[in-house]
Amino acid sequence: MSPDRQDGPESVLSHSNPDGPESVLSHSNPDGPESVPSLSDPDTARDPALEGLPARILELGEELRREGVAVGTSEMLDAFEVLREISWTSQQDFREALAATLAKSQEDRRVFELVFDRFFFRATEIAAAHQGIREEDRAALGDLTEAELEELRTQIAAALSDGSEGAMRDLARMAIAAFARRQEGSGVIGVDVQRIRRALGLRAEPQPELPAEDPRREGVPRDALRRFEALLRRELERAQIERTGSLPPARPLGELDRALPSGPLADLAAVHRVVTQLRRRLATQGMQNRGHRRHAHVDVRRTMRASLQTGGVPVVLKYRPRRPKRPEIYVLCDVSTSVTSASVFFLSVLHALHDTFRKMRSFVFIERISEVTDIFEHERNFKAVSERISGDAGVADISGYTDYGRVWSEFLVQVEDDLHPRATVIVLGDARTNGRDPRADVFAQIAARAGRTFWLNPEPRLYWNYGDSVIAAYEEFCTAFECWTTAQLEDFVRALTRPVIAAAR
Amino acid sequence: MSAPQSLEPTSVADIAAGLRSVGYLPGESTALVSFLATRLGKPVLVEGPAGVGKTELAKALARYLGRELVRLQCYEGLDEAKALYEWNYRKQLLRIQAEASDTGWEAVQEDIFGEEFLLARPLMTAIASEQPVVLLIDEIDKTDQEFEAMLLEVLSDFQISIPELGRVESRTHPIVLLTSNNSRELTEALKRRCLYLWLDYPELEHELEIVRLHAPELSETVARRLVEVIGMVRALDLKKPPSIAESIDWARALLLLGVKDIDADTFTETMSVIVKHRTDMDVVADRVGLKLRSPADVA
Repeated sequence: MSPDRQDGPESVLSHSNPDGPESVLSHSNPDGPESVPSLSDPDTARDPALEGLPARILELGEELRREGVAVGTSEMLDAFEVLREISWTSQQDFREALAATLAKSQEDRRVFELVFDRFFFRATEIAAAHQGIREEDRAALGDLTEAELEELRTQIAAALSDGSEGAMRDLARMAIAAFARRQEGSGVIGVDVQRIRRALGLRAEPQPELPAEDPRREGVPRDALRRFEALLRRELERAQIERTGSLPPARPLGELDRALPSGPLADLAAVHRVVTQLRRRLATQGMQNRGHRRHAHVDVRRTMRASLQTGGVPVVLKYRPRRPKRPEIYVLCDVSTSVTSASVFFLSVLHALHDTFRKMRSFVFIERISEVTDIFEHERNFKAVSERISGDAGVADISGYTDYGRVWSEFLVQVEDDLHPRATVIVLGDARTNGRDPRADVFAQIAARAGRTFWLNPEPRLYWNYGDSVIAAYEEFCTAFECWTTAQLEDFVRALTRPVIAAAR
Repeated sequence: MSAPQSLEPTSVADIAAGLRSVGYLPGESTALVSFLATRLGKPVLVEGPAGVGKTELAKALARYLGRELVRLQCYEGLDEAKALYEWNYRKQLLRIQAEASDTGWEAVQEDIFGEEFLLARPLMTAIASEQPVVLLIDEIDKTDQEFEAMLLEVLSDFQISIPELGRVESRTHPIVLLTSNNSRELTEALKRRCLYLWLDYPELEHELEIVRLHAPELSETVARRLVEVIGMVRALDLKKPPSIAESIDWARALLLLGVKDIDADTFTETMSVIVKHRTDMDVVADRVGLKLRSPADVA
């Protein structure tokens, strides 16, 4: 293992004299040979005029754009400006400075980290491949006996528990070397990573069958395990690049890598955030103003102020701004088995709505409808709410099949007198009637009484109207959205601002 | 005016040490972004959960740089009259009445739209100030998008147009910090003009240092235990996780009580300092209280 090879920009970009413009364009590697060949990669057909650091930064920006980070020209200019202010020899500073100018949200920041690592890793590797820098031969490691392997296992587990980065990297290399010797490599990096991890017996869950002193007994910390896997992946990629002397094609980041580490709780937070936006949108749409023009209170103070323009004569009357009324919302949520996978999401949407809107009534339904407004109002804890709904909320469930026709009639009976043009009705459901009468006419009555009606369907649009899905019948009277992730929920909220929808009603 | 001499930090280490000297322990990225902000004069958008020291950062920067802090607290419905400037119409009215009736309208108009009748609001104050200031626009996410649009002119050109007076341009370059709790997405246009800093809850060691700085009399062991417990509490799903300010409050409370060790009893008694929701208290008492108790029972 040679210590002179490191990841990150310093090995690619390190410059010894920060004065003079030529240092920006030339990079001298203190560890490498004196004359450094260009980084340009013939495979990717780069413009030969674009050399040196500016080109690399532009490429990094280009790559970030490909991953969906909004990097504008002004951001790139800022990036160059900040690089003038900081020293490039500290990877930490270099990375933070670029991040501060290029990634403008927490999600973007996460993508930035991944892209930054990948980008400079690749740049380093290709430079090394071009210059013919190779790792020392790994033959120094003799064949591993089972006992030595066991020793390696415990060492890795111990390093994972302390979380020391350097030790982990060395051990990752040893592990790869050991398993390469055992001819277990499949050639596919993702598969190899999992094989090695499994062979090392690293698991996040406690393994009580192991002896007490084994660090793996309590389970390896999950994030340490993830870091170790990332290191394994990186070392395997490094070896592969070295073998072939060329870079594998860059793959876009998967949805999984990109997403923030999230559990149901983080999702809940995300839903809450989107629903807060929803409230703002609904409140500022102005649809509550219709028919309420008769209240106009003169704002004496502002009228006086305006009268100064006309020499103290109140020519222009100023009115108190009309505060938008709180929107009233009715939510109907399907909790039948056909939407089981989406119901947690739906319930969290309901929960968030209840947190944000005060004038709101919610209903859950399967075959019949039952009002759950009280539960949401009295229980603030999401878990308790979902337990109570699935338990004793009294969702009348006889057959377990949704009966939309019945649901509409019951809903109409319950809220007929309260529905008015300021109300918004939101239905969360898959519109699968199990062959029963959809009663779109009753639904039409509801939609006609309410100001606006929306349908959020957890199924992909592709499946709509296949089988017993009758969303088309309802879509005539409402606006339907495909919605089973927070991103789509956000789309829904965004769509709300389009005036077309308000005008269509 | 005898304002303290303004400082110009020359390196990241400089500003980190400076912030430390005024009682704010910056993380690496915090120091770096603050440095860039002072050098480039770009506004910084600071985001993060509540209580991680976003506002405190602005105060510390002002203290360290010897600048005045101008603060604009945002809220829903904040408008230009409250943020930029307003005509002092009472004074204008008095002026008109005091004028002799034979004064020409022209003269009066000239008169009453002068700087004398202008009420400067925070943004105006920051821009018109003789001395460079630190401008803190707090909780920008609470305002409307229209207000954000209005800010764009101020933030990119550091000038304000007043129809009756003309343009007020900044004489000095203020350091601008915008904080946001991420309760809504800010517009791209605003983000584009800013450097971005994400502040999160600090690492255990970092928080320990902060607590020790603010409650130096607290013994090392208690402080460490405290930070560990805070970490445990934050890991739970709470409505409002304890902030750094609350861990400092807690440390001081423990100090007043003369606590030697945080055991289950002291924890339940003083828990209200860090947990502020009834449901949260149940959760915390349930989980953390139990965790604290079990080793004691075994011993």
